[in-house]
Amino acid sequence: MLDETAFDLRKYLRRNSASVTVWIALLALILFGLMRYDNFGSAYNFSSFLNYNAMFIAIALGMCFVIMTGGIDLSVGSVAAFTSVVAAYLSPYGIQVALPGAVLAGVGFGAINAFCIIILRIPPFIATLATMLAAKGGALVISGAQTISVDWGSNFTKLGMGQAFGLFPWAIVIVAGLTLALWLVLERTTIGRTVLAIGGSEDASNLMGLKVNRAKAFVYLLSGGCAGLAGVFLASGFGAGQPLEGIGWELSAIASVVVGGTLLTGGMGSIPATVAGALLLGLVFNVLNFENGQGTISFSAYWQMVIRGGFLFAVILLQSRVIARQQKVLG
Amino acid sequence: MNALVSMSGIEKSFAGVPALSQANLEIAPGEVHALIGQNGAGKSTMIKVLTGVYDRDAGDVHLAGVPSRISTPREAQESGIATIYQELNLVPLRSVTENIIMGYEPKRLGFLVDWREGNMRAREVLMRFGIDIDVTEPLGNFSTAIQQLVAIARAVSLDAKLVIMDEPTSSLDASEVEVLFGVVRELKKQGVSVLYVSHFLDELFQICDRVTTMRDGRTVSTRNVQDTTKLEMIADMLGRNKDEIAADGLTDFAGAKAKKGDIVLRADSVSTGPRLTHFDLTLHRGEIVGLGGLLGSGRTEAARALFGVDGKRSGAIELHGVVGQPSGPGDAIVNGVGFLTEDRKAEGIIPDMSVRENMTLALLPKLASRGQIDFAREREIVQAFIDDLGIKAAHMDQPIRELSGGNQQKVLLARWLATQPDILILDEPTRGVDVGAKREIQSFIRSYVEKGFGVVLISSEFEELVEGADRIVVMHEGRSVKELTNPGVTENILVRALAHHEEGTGSWNAQ
Repeated sequence: MLDETAFDLRKYLRRNSASVTVWIALLALILFGLMRYDNFGSAYNFSSFLNYNAMFIAIALGMCFVIMTGGIDLSVGSVAAFTSVVAAYLSPYGIQVALPGAVLAGVGFGAINAFCIIILRIPPFIATLATMLAAKGGALVISGAQTISVDWGSNFTKLGMGQAFGLFPWAIVIVAGLTLALWLVLERTTIGRTVLAIGGSEDASNLMGLKVNRAKAFVYLLSGGCAGLAGVFLASGFGAGQPLEGIGWELSAIASVVVGGTLLTGGMGSIPATVAGALLLGLVFNVLNFENGQGTISFSAYWQMVIRGGFLFAVILLQSRVIARQQKVLG
Repeated sequence: MNALVSMSGIEKSFAGVPALSQANLEIAPGEVHALIGQNGAGKSTMIKVLTGVYDRDAGDVHLAGVPSRISTPREAQESGIATIYQELNLVPLRSVTENIIMGYEPKRLGFLVDWREGNMRAREVLMRFGIDIDVTEPLGNFSTAIQQLVAIARAVSLDAKLVIMDEPTSSLDASEVEVLFGVVRELKKQGVSVLYVSHFLDELFQICDRVTTMRDGRTVSTRNVQDTTKLEMIADMLGRNKDEIAADGLTDFAGAKAKKGDIVLRADSVSTGPRLTHFDLTLHRGEIVGLGGLLGSGRTEAARALFGVDGKRSGAIELHGVVGQPSGPGDAIVNGVGFLTEDRKAEGIIPDMSVRENMTLALLPKLASRGQIDFAREREIVQAFIDDLGIKAAHMDQPIRELSGGNQQKVLLARWLATQPDILILDEPTRGVDVGAKREIQSFIRSYVEKGFGVVLISSEFEELVEGADRIVVMHEGRSVKELTNPGVTENILVRALAHHEEGTGSWNAQ
């Protein structure tokens, strides 16, 4: 009855038109940069760009899983600020202690979110809003509202500033590994499919005997852990725990996920496209920095944010047009 | 007399797949015209071509003898064609008046909405149908039936010449249906035509003048309702001979009843709350036990108790001779129970997931080792069920929402069959499914039982229960009150059994 064709590119493009748009936008922006600026394609720019954006990618990946269940995690920015302080305090013991310590602190906040959402049945928006405020306050309390310098003598700063195998910054290697792992989890495992099923219909998932609560706990713990990892990158990349950072990061993460074609209502999503979304958001700043470097036009940091917003809007508009056209074709 | 609407030789295909070919439809002024056919026969496509949602590839559409220039739904409305969809496109939080006059509000001084005038107009148009309600209340406070009537009232107040109703009675109870029929007759009296799409053939005889039947994108016949029979309509829809159907019976359940085996499931005075207070049931291998009762009699609650969805307060459930209620759906599945839910859209399908993913969700624990899904085995199993059940999908990775209701239901049935349960609880397995798929689903249920498994069948269609079940447990107000054993049960006997327990309340309404 079915014709089992191998890989049909046109069909693939049609089904994934939302995430394809983000890749096209990303490539277009890269091409634009390559043609316009001399050093845009340099190894240095490439690696420092990725290194800086590693923390945003990590947060967006966790957020993507949460959103696929139909939830939201607003606490990630504050949690990253909190864990950057934790990482700074633990830095004298070296990366082998600071990294897991900070990630665990992030998972701890994720556990609070999971408890409120699953056991106390508080809507995710409210629950994670509360955690966001608590983590922000907590970061200020444990740091005394000061940036906490890391121990430069230990191996901690290697993570944000040193190179793995003398090639790439460690942060890039770790985030690449995380991306691959989460991609596999989503596409190949029971829990990945359960996450999508919950976003599609939580009632139906329950009645099918799927382990709904376990999958929901997983996504919030994961999101907390990803925020914890971002905190480690933040501390080691800038040499200090930053209790005042992280404001608005949750919104950038949500933007990355949405630009990547993931539905805010859940049930659909793509890991690679989320990474592309995060890269796209970061690349707009990168391009504007180069533009400022050219000297012909100069954009202040404030104008850069306005331009980024406009660019984001254009991509999403394009995306919705593509989807609308596709649905008209399908009827 | 000139036809109000005349569509002829309509062709329409999607991505090369023809949905309509040589389809015709003619509606006279002031006529109630039924449009019937199986799911996928082309009814909705035909309506969407008429109302400008789709462009046609070929064919002519005339409105009152003039070539139609409708190319958007808005233009259809302006030409006097109003469509009442199943999912009403009204605003529940706003008042009835607002819903009726929205976009056409009477104004004072050219910009202030004249609410007094608006309320009066709304009341007037509703009164024409004998509906007297407070028009200033939010629409959402009223029943689905009233909301539907408000949608019709809006259409009429916009001077519609044709009202298209898509499955208008599917969510109404018996008395509400009567009110709707009154409105349809009133429309007819006022010279408005109605195009009536329905799965319930009995209704057509009460209100329709003519019926057009479609099959596989073509118009098969247009008949006068007075001169035709239900059997003839079904024969047209299926493309079969009516005498053949008469010999077979209307459902595909009839035939050899299997021998009873051991008891697989027993419920002993189970209670889960006020809606299920005392439920007894015994299910043997090789047997279909029906649960009969009116809406709200506790049928669905009984099924939920057996599947461990609602915790039990008292009584005992015995699975395979072991006492103990399943602690939840997961536990029930492990113990060989499957539950096909009544509400396919909300509790069954995951719309954005593919046919393949939907079919294997309940099977995932068995398909995965250490959390990793075995894709090769998954595709193999899915393919086997697609072939066995004759599921019509372009391919197994097609999103399930693109399938017709009957095919979605087959996928959900396959979802449970794949877990190889000993006991299947089927809540309204053929609701909203076209005649062809219905027969197929019924014959799968029978052949499944013949392999020595047990089925609990819940259905509001007496015909299905009477012909399908070996025994029927009659339920009333949360209690199992009577048991009827086949052969020998007729619809009349079942109705009488239900009625007997209705005497106390003296009401025949479903709720």
